[in-house]
Amino acid sequence: MMRNLFALIAGGFFGAGLFISGMTDTAKVQGWLDVFGAWDPTLAFVMGGAMIPMFFAWRLRERRATPVLGGTFPPASPQKIDGRLVIGSVMFGAGWGLAGLCPGPAVASLSYGGIGHWVFFVAMIAGMAVAPPVIARLTRPAVRTA
Amino acid sequence: MQLDWVWGLIGGLLIGTGGAVFLLANGRIMGASGIIGGLVDGSGWTVWQERVAFLAGVVLLPVLLYPLYANGVETNVTDNWGVLIAAGILVGLGTRIANGCTSGHGVCGISRLSLRGIVATVAYIVAGGVGVVLFRHGLGMI
Repeated sequence: MMRNLFALIAGGFFGAGLFISGMTDTAKVQGWLDVFGAWDPTLAFVMGGAMIPMFFAWRLRERRATPVLGGTFPPASPQKIDGRLVIGSVMFGAGWGLAGLCPGPAVASLSYGGIGHWVFFVAMIAGMAVAPPVIARLTRPAVRTA
Repeated sequence: MQLDWVWGLIGGLLIGTGGAVFLLANGRIMGASGIIGGLVDGSGWTVWQERVAFLAGVVLLPVLLYPLYANGVETNVTDNWGVLIAAGILVGLGTRIANGCTSGHGVCGISRLSLRGIVATVAYIVAGGVGVVLFRHGLGMI
């Protein structure tokens, strides 16, 4: 029960932040990515601002053995840079630039973004649904013929 | 609006506070694509209530805040469904392949100085920038 309550609170902060910052406005996101247009710096302030509490959260995490509500902390940050990370990120970035939406704002805007946001959201869910077999193919070890 | 960056900073601090709560209380990394994707492909069904509660908060707060904006909230989303569908599939598939998006790799990853978070963020920003410039200035599609 407490876990769900704190998840709701965390999601509430996330949703409120996305809403207040203007990150559900696709023009702001595309305006930040478009270095040849009327450049909009807002996104940099959002990302930078969000990293401040997170930076301290990671420091506090070091002082605790377990989370406040029990369970375990996520494992140490993996450092493996592979094709999967880069290919996936390039695909994500291309879609992000095309529509001006990423997963968080796509959810936060569902109540007021209108049909366009729902079309994007449903397509995003479809993309996530077909991901497991694609990932299996990408990570399958090469067949040895020798 | 002149004060956009101030609201951006305030919003960013709220986003980071959400991430801090999720990490320190629940022991989870606040990554939107992972939270949603785990529900979609079944990999996260063991903790589905926590994921649904988180997403409920993400939807609910804008519902509560919306009435405070007398002039409405601009989303400027394209009405080109082809672009929206292609973009949605790319975002859904790409974030699952890369294991993260702007919140997980960007906000949570970079703040812990994760090399993967930094590489992913550089890759999606460069791809997004090239995409916008190409499709807007090159092809005039968006």
